[in-house]
Order: sequence, then structure tokens, then C-alpha cells
Amino acid sequence: MLRPKHLARSTPIHSALALFSACSLSGCGGVEREEPSRNAGEARSEQVILLNVSYDPTREFYREFNQAFAEHWTGVTGATVTVEMSHGGAGKQARAVIDGLAADVVTLALAYDIDAIAERAGLLPANWQSRLPHNSAPYTSTIVFLVREGNPKRISDWDDLLKPGVEIITPNPKTSGGARWNYLAAWAFVLKREVSDLSKLGDPGYAADIARAETKARKFVTELFRRVPVLDSGARGSTNTFVQRGIGDVLLAWENEAFLAAEELGPDKFDIIVPSISIRAEPPVTLVDRWAEAHGVREVAEAYLEFLYSPIGQRLAAKHYYRPVYPQHADPEHLKRFPDVELISVDEVFGGWQKAQGVHFADGGIFDRIYTQ
Amino acid sequence: MSQGGGRRARTLNRAFALKRHSVLPGFGWTLGCTLLYLCLLVLIPLSLLFFRTAGLGWSDFWSAVTAPRVAASFKLSFAASGLGAALNAVFGFIVAWTLVRYSFPGKRLIDATVDLPFALPTAVSGIALTTVYSRTGWIGQLLEPLGIQAAFTPVGVTVALTFVGLPFVVRAVQPALQDLDPEAEEAAATLGAGRWQTFYRVILPTVMPALLTGFALAFARALGEYGSVVFISGNMPMRTEIVPLLIVSELEQYDYQGAAAIAVVMLVASFVILLLINLLQWWGARHQRREGV
Amino acid sequence: MFRALTARGALATAPSRVVTRERAPVRWLLTGAALAFLGVFLLVPLVAVFAEAFRKGVGAYLASFTDPLALSAIKLTLLVAAIAVPANLTFGLVAAWLVGKYEFKGKSALITLIDLPLAVSPVISGLIFVLLFGLHGALGGWLAQYNIQIIFAAPGIVLATMFVTFPYVAREVIPLMQEQGCEEEEAAISLGAGGWQTFRRVTLPNVKWALLYGVILCNARAMGEFGAVSVVSGHIRGKTNTIPLHVELLYNEYNFVAAFAVASLLVTLALVTLALKTVVEWKSRTAQTEFLPDLHNRETPDEDRTAEHLQDVWQLQGAQ
Repeated sequence: MLRPKHLARSTPIHSALALFSACSLSGCGGVEREEPSRNAGEARSEQVILLNVSYDPTREFYREFNQAFAEHWTGVTGATVTVEMSHGGAGKQARAVIDGLAADVVTLALAYDIDAIAERAGLLPANWQSRLPHNSAPYTSTIVFLVREGNPKRISDWDDLLKPGVEIITPNPKTSGGARWNYLAAWAFVLKREVSDLSKLGDPGYAADIARAETKARKFVTELFRRVPVLDSGARGSTNTFVQRGIGDVLLAWENEAFLAAEELGPDKFDIIVPSISIRAEPPVTLVDRWAEAHGVREVAEAYLEFLYSPIGQRLAAKHYYRPVYPQHADPEHLKRFPDVELISVDEVFGGWQKAQGVHFADGGIFDRIYTQ
Repeated sequence: MSQGGGRRARTLNRAFALKRHSVLPGFGWTLGCTLLYLCLLVLIPLSLLFFRTAGLGWSDFWSAVTAPRVAASFKLSFAASGLGAALNAVFGFIVAWTLVRYSFPGKRLIDATVDLPFALPTAVSGIALTTVYSRTGWIGQLLEPLGIQAAFTPVGVTVALTFVGLPFVVRAVQPALQDLDPEAEEAAATLGAGRWQTFYRVILPTVMPALLTGFALAFARALGEYGSVVFISGNMPMRTEIVPLLIVSELEQYDYQGAAAIAVVMLVASFVILLLINLLQWWGARHQRREGV
Repeated sequence: MFRALTARGALATAPSRVVTRERAPVRWLLTGAALAFLGVFLLVPLVAVFAEAFRKGVGAYLASFTDPLALSAIKLTLLVAAIAVPANLTFGLVAAWLVGKYEFKGKSALITLIDLPLAVSPVISGLIFVLLFGLHGALGGWLAQYNIQIIFAAPGIVLATMFVTFPYVAREVIPLMQEQGCEEEEAAISLGAGGWQTFRRVTLPNVKWALLYGVILCNARAMGEFGAVSVVSGHIRGKTNTIPLHVELLYNEYNFVAAFAVASLLVTLALVTLALKTVVEWKSRTAQTEFLPDLHNRETPDEDRTAEHLQDVWQLQGAQ
């Protein structure tokens, strides 16, 4: 409300400042990145640069996928493409894009964060999720438990997390997409146990039962977060805390993050425990129209996203412990690693992300009250 | 009339003259350049913070900065900074005293390393402190049997804030101790005062302004610290979340006004401490002048 | 009573050094406490960085620096310092001349303003540039129209670094210029020297050591800045990561040896800064006693020196 007025009033000073900064600093690379990509639109042999802003645990996957895509794109068009990556907690990354980090594509942890970009910055259309198959999620994942070798605290399901003396590690749901999935998975577990049939949730006839179940779920997640000694801002930070610092008995983690940690940091040190029920996490990907067009890379960016659904993309996703949406393209060896688990979607239990976010994670929401009560 | 007018004009001229006359050239353009640079780099960006907050309105502003989570982080930030600065006041004084009064091997080296927290990037201090003070770290291991967990608790926050404020007290007190008049101590001893009495009655009052300045500096520095704390704190809402961290966290939740509101409170706190330090320096100078007479 | 005291005092005074020193055990105790405090808070973390960096041997340590991401982070950091330091050097000299050589209204307010970035939390320093240049910031819409990228690119990192480090040179030179007064310059002017000539021939040689130290410090801060840069960087690998951000990135990728190896680079920079500082202090002390013995003894009474030292301490204080 204040901004436009203020802007109008002090434009001369501001433009002077911008001019100052732009003039004095233009030699140092700020505008460099657009030039090669703009040229790319005209001449195909030029180098194209894409910026993919992603969340924490996708580092290893995209490192390999980017290479595969670069080869693929050179094969198809003859142009070389370099994909630059930015990783961090999903909230931080979405915030950066909203503030002007000129991402051509975003590959974030949950739809809500991309919704926020559409809503707050208008950089892409509101219906972005329908532009690609499977709700724009080329791979899915779920939440599992990582425990210390031999599972000394005997943790096999969500209930066991509340055993006396168990310390739980999870990132902060306010800033981490993965942590929101953790929280919702725990909530969904209690609801499912209490009402057994999730189709009752929307039925007013069971309102009393559901209210009772929700009270229990709230108590459960409150207890759960009371046992968290460190609340990192991103999934990667939590894994480090658990693995490197030796804190906590169980890490609530993305399936791929858990596999990766177990593999990279010592298969003999950690066990992966799959709970009876977990949540189907759909990390979505989409084009940021505004920047892709400004940089003249829309075509490449779209090809990049579509390549995620290709046999190669699907195979690589499975290799890096993401569950491919087209398992037929994946290596059966890779698929074997994914344990069978009953997966519940956010829409089933929470009626979509917007609602889940508002009720649970917004300021003053249920999560806030865990700490302020 | 003309005479009176002339005098009045002269008085007016003196009262409103921007500067006292000087033969040195360049006043105009240095003033212009300095102000321009300050405006572009400091004033305009900082004023935006206030503009952004002004959009909130008073009651929203108040509820934004007194929300339980925010209040808890203010409490932690002020308490841990205060405790860190107090630790530095005590031990920094001892370090300064040792460096000024005694000689021991490696003294020059120790003297130089005191400044390390100034020169060391905070991110590096952060990961180094976390490594050392976590449960499996060199010092954390020793604390564990005592039932003290340093990393990821308010203790860890205090450790990091002590680290960053360490040089201030030492560097503030050192010159004051050096300038101490040995005759005053000798006189006290001659009058029969014990060493402790001399320290308490003669040395401490003289060094007090410097010590307080050091304390205030260490406090101010600790209050704004981010890099080294973010690794060691554990970021628990209500427990180990410091104010700068909360600002980042608010930003990540797209709450710009909330972030700006908290930032404004911090900024005002910095102003006040800055003012206090200037007062202390003035007091210190006056104190010494009086001693000298 | 009074007589008794003096009598006892007179007896005890004989060797005058003894009464103003503590007993040996007290001395050892205090020295021990000081060393233990410094050890626990300073040396152990410092050693830990190198211990972690060399955990997998020298080869792994050196390999961390050949990684293209590390190289680009080093390049960006050098670039940022190469812009921010000269800019702040120029500003520092101009401001020091203004504050040191003239008396004018609002001078103390101006000094406080110059100090201000030191007292501002680095996170806030980053935030203000987001509010200014962010897509929804005051200038964001206008910049977006022309596709000018300020934050999440090198210019934003440079600006945030300039903001954070901008008082260092000024605060180092101002006290010295104030102390030296204008007599020499006025003499030069009256002998017919021009303003620029006077500055170059008279003022600059007088402040060169302080200036050098200010530049060294400013540089160390510019290269090591984390909080403010982290807010405006966007963390694009190989593009907008400075050395401290690269350390964080490696740390988050389970690459601890490399993280600490790159961190050790910054530690080394810090140690070099401290060494240079010691040298500069020593040089300036000898320079002062050689050329300005009278000035130093006569015109710098104790209170001035203390005040100046306090300012030294203050200007060092920089929120990173």
C-alpha cells in the first residue's frame, strides 16, 4: 500500500541510485548471464544457460541429470546448455525467487511454495500445476525414518517415536518443505489409525469422530516436536545434525535423503525404517515464465522439464532414490530398493496444500502453538 | 541602523555558518561526496526499513514484535549477548591485565591472536565452534559427562557470542591499564592498602569507563551476530532462536513486514548502544582529565 | 591512625616495584586463567579447522581448491573485494579529510552515521538491499522492466559487502587526521601548494600506515562477509557463491574435508591480516617516535590516546 506512493515520490533518487549501481557494477557479471542465453535464441550454436532453483536434497540427482540433459540437448539441437543450480531450504528458495532470483525453472519440495511464487510475484500462471503430467511431479518420494545401526531404540512405526527417551531430528516446518511433509505424515498416521477409513474425513456424519481424531493427532505432533532437540532450517542441515553431530535417535527424512545419507556416510552406521503409513510427497517442477521468456530460453527450459519425464530422466530419478512416476523406464535393480508402504496424499487428508498450510503452518497455526503453549 | 544591521548580520552569519573558516580547500566537494555516498549506501536503504514497517501501523507493529516467539528470541538474544559480554568483561580484563603486567613466553603471539574473532569470517567461526563444542567434538566430549550440552542449546549460543565479542574488552582495557599511573598504586600501597584493596579502590575505578565501553561493544557486536550462531544454535523456536535468525526465518515465510518490524527494533537497539558508547567515551575522557588535574 | 599507616607503608615501600605486583601464585593463576580462556574460545576452534581440513591428508586438502566451484567462489570473492575495498578506500579518505580537517555543524552526527553499519546486524544489512532491489522492493519493478539483476547477482553482493565494510578505512584514518590537525597542510597551502598537492605530499604520508591497516581490515571483512551476502546471494553454484558461502555449501553436501579446507583459506587470510596488523602497528609506532617525538609526547595527552584506542576498538567491531 505504501510502496507505490513511496516509489512515485522518490523515483529520481532511486533511479540515480540504480544508475549508480548499474554503472559502477555492470562490469562484474550481474547481467552477464542473460547475454549468452539471449543470443541462444538467435543462433543455435551459442551456449545456453538455464538456472534451476531447487530444494535441499536434490543436489546429487540434478548434478547427474543436468549432465544427461546437456548431452541430450546437444544431440538434438547442437547447442550446448549449462544448467546452473541453487539449493537451499524450500522456503528460502521460493523467497529468493519471489524477490527476484531469476530462475528459469523451479523444482521445489511442495506445490505450496510454487503457488506462493505465482501468487506473490506473478512470475508464472496460477494453473502451473496442470501444465505437466502427474501434477507436475515427475517423481515422488515419501518420508521414512533413519535410525542408528541396529535400531537400538527399537523404532518401527510412528508410535515408537513417542517412546520415552527417544530424540527426534527433523527440520523446521516453517522453513523446510521436507519438514512439512514429516509433520503431515505424522498427522495422517494418527488420523488413519483413529478413523481407519479416510473417506470419512469429508463426511459430516462422522464429525465428532474426526474432531476426536484431530485432537489426538494434534497431541501426537505436539509430543513429537517436544522431542526434537535441534530444528534446522533445511533437510540437509538436519541430516548433518543427525549423522555428523551424532544427535538424536531417529531422523525423519525424505526417502532419498535417508538412502543417500546411509550410502554416503556409512551403510554400516544407519538403518532405514519404513513406517506402516507415510505420505506421498510430490515435489513439483515448473517453468518460471517471466524469466525464461526474458532470457529467451523458454524452449530449452520446457525441454529440460519434459526430459525429467523421459526414460533417461526417470531412470536417473530412481537411481537417486526418487520414486519415478513411470517405473517401467527405471532400472529394476533401483526399483527394488523402494519398500512397499501405504502412501496417503495431502489431498486425501488435508484437502490440498493451501488448506494444510493455512491450518498448520501459517503464523498462529497449529505448529506455532506447539511451541507457544 | 546600518551598523546595527551589520553586526546582526555578522552574528547571524556566525550562528548559521556551516563551518568554521579554514584555508584548506575541498570542504564543499568532500562534504558532498561523503553525504552522497552515505545516502546511497546507508541512509536510503536503511530508511526503507522504516517505510516498510510504517505500512504496518502501530498496533500491528506491536503485535509483530511482541509475538511469543519473537519475544522469546529477544530475550535469548539480549540474555546470551549480555552473558557473553559479562564473561568477556571478567576474562577479558584478566587477559588484558596479564598482557600488560606480566611477561611470559609467547606473549606477543597471544596478544596478536586476541584479534582473531575480528578477522575470522563468522561462517568459519560457526562451523569451527560447532565442531569443537558438539557432543562428539573435542570440548563437547569433556562437557558431556558433566551433563552440559553446549552445541544446540543456549549454552552454545552464549559460547559463540562470547567468541565474537572477545577482543573488545581486551582491546578497550589494555590501553587504559597501560596508561595507569604507577604512582597512584604505589601511594595506595604506601598508605597500607593491600593488593586487592588497591585494585578495588584505585585501579578498577580508573579503568571502569574503558571496561564498560568494552562491555557495550561486545554486547552490541553479539546482538547482531548471525554467521557463527546459526551453525551452533540448533534454531529451536522459543529456545535457541536468536533475533537475526528469526528475521531470516520470517523472510522465508514471506513475512517481509514482520521481518522489517523486528529489524527496526534491532536497529533502534543498535542506535541506543552506539549512543551509550559515545557517552562512555566522553565520560572516560573527562574522568581521565580529572585524574590528570 | 594516619601516622601508623604511613609508618607501616614507609617500611614496606623499600623496593617500589614489589608493592605494585601480585604474589607469584596469583600471577600464575591469572596468567593461567587468561590462557585457558583464550585457549578454549580461540585456539581450539582454530586448530580444529586445520585438523578437520587435513583429516584425509594433504592430497584431499589440495584437491578442494582445484574444484571449479571453489575456484569460481574464490574469483567472485576477489572481484567483490576488488570493487568494495577501493570504493571504501576512496570514501574513507574523503570522509576522513572532511571530518579531520574541518569544524562544522553536525560533525558528530556524521561520524555516528559513518559508524552505523558496524552496529547493524549483517542480516539487516542484507535485508535492506532486498527491500530496495528485490522484485517487490522499491526499485524492483523498474529494474525488472530492463532485466537488470542487482540482488542474487554480483552487484548485490558487492553492495552488501560495501555497506558492511564501509566504515573501516574511514574510522581508521579519521582519528589520526583529527589528532594531527591542519597546521602542516595550512603551511603547505600558504607556501603556494595546491589542494591536491598538499593532500598527496603532506597528508597522505602522515596517515599511510593507518590507511594501510584500514585497507587490510576492510579487505579481510569484505572477503569473509557471510550474513549479509547470504541474504542477497541466491546461492547459485559457481556463480553467486563467495568463499564463505561455498564453505556452507560444502558443509551441507557432506564434504567436510573440503569445507574445512576452504575455511582454512579464510583462517589463513585472517592470520595474515593479524600479522600485517602487528607489523603496521609496529611500523607506525616507530614512524611516530622517529618523526614526531615531540608531537606525540606533548600534544597527545593520555586521555586522547585512550579515546583513540577506544575508537580503534570500535572501528574493529564489525558485524559480519
